[in-house]
Amino acid sequence: MFLARILGTVVATRKDDRLEGCKLLVVQPLEPGGRDGGTPVVAVDTVGAGSGETVLVVTGSSARMTVRTKDAPVDAAIVGIVDTVSIDRGGRESAR
Amino acid sequence: MNLARIVGRVVATHKDDGLAGRKLLLLSPLDEELKESGSAFIAVDAVGAGAAEIVIFVRGREAAHAFLPDSVPTDASVIGIVDAATLERPRVPGP
Repeated sequence: MFLARILGTVVATRKDDRLEGCKLLVVQPLEPGGRDGGTPVVAVDTVGAGSGETVLVVTGSSARMTVRTKDAPVDAAIVGIVDTVSIDRGGRESAR
Repeated sequence: MNLARIVGRVVATHKDDGLAGRKLLLLSPLDEELKESGSAFIAVDAVGAGAAEIVIFVRGREAAHAFLPDSVPTDASVIGIVDAATLERPRVPGP
């Protein structure tokens, strides 16, 4: 799983039936320190995340294990809204 | 499966029901000399691991198997705490 920042939304009227009612968001993966890392991906939101929030993203077939994404053709799901990230070494603690 | 060091924690109050009550750890993967290599990622704790410990983690769909019969949406889980790791030095190839 990785941390990501929500960049925006995607609207797709015509899509797989099992994606009906799913909110699709574009997320930018983050390094634990908070910097951008990697390329943005589209993920299904299962927790009601909003713009600019830091979220927890699960990828691969595990993304299908939430109630909302069960049996849906998805490979990335937002499964948590992050309150804090604490890093032991370097002594940093950040709340985002 | 691979080895990693626990370097931090993530707190997320609002999360999928399957993750409720689960501890989220920040892991830094280790190479064969137990030095940190690669970027850190988040895993769900299945064994009660704590700060700075060296652990065994599993990635992919199998990560969720650590919590069966519960359905936990995770692609990385800590499934062991390492007591000791002994690595044999690579042999010098003969003539």
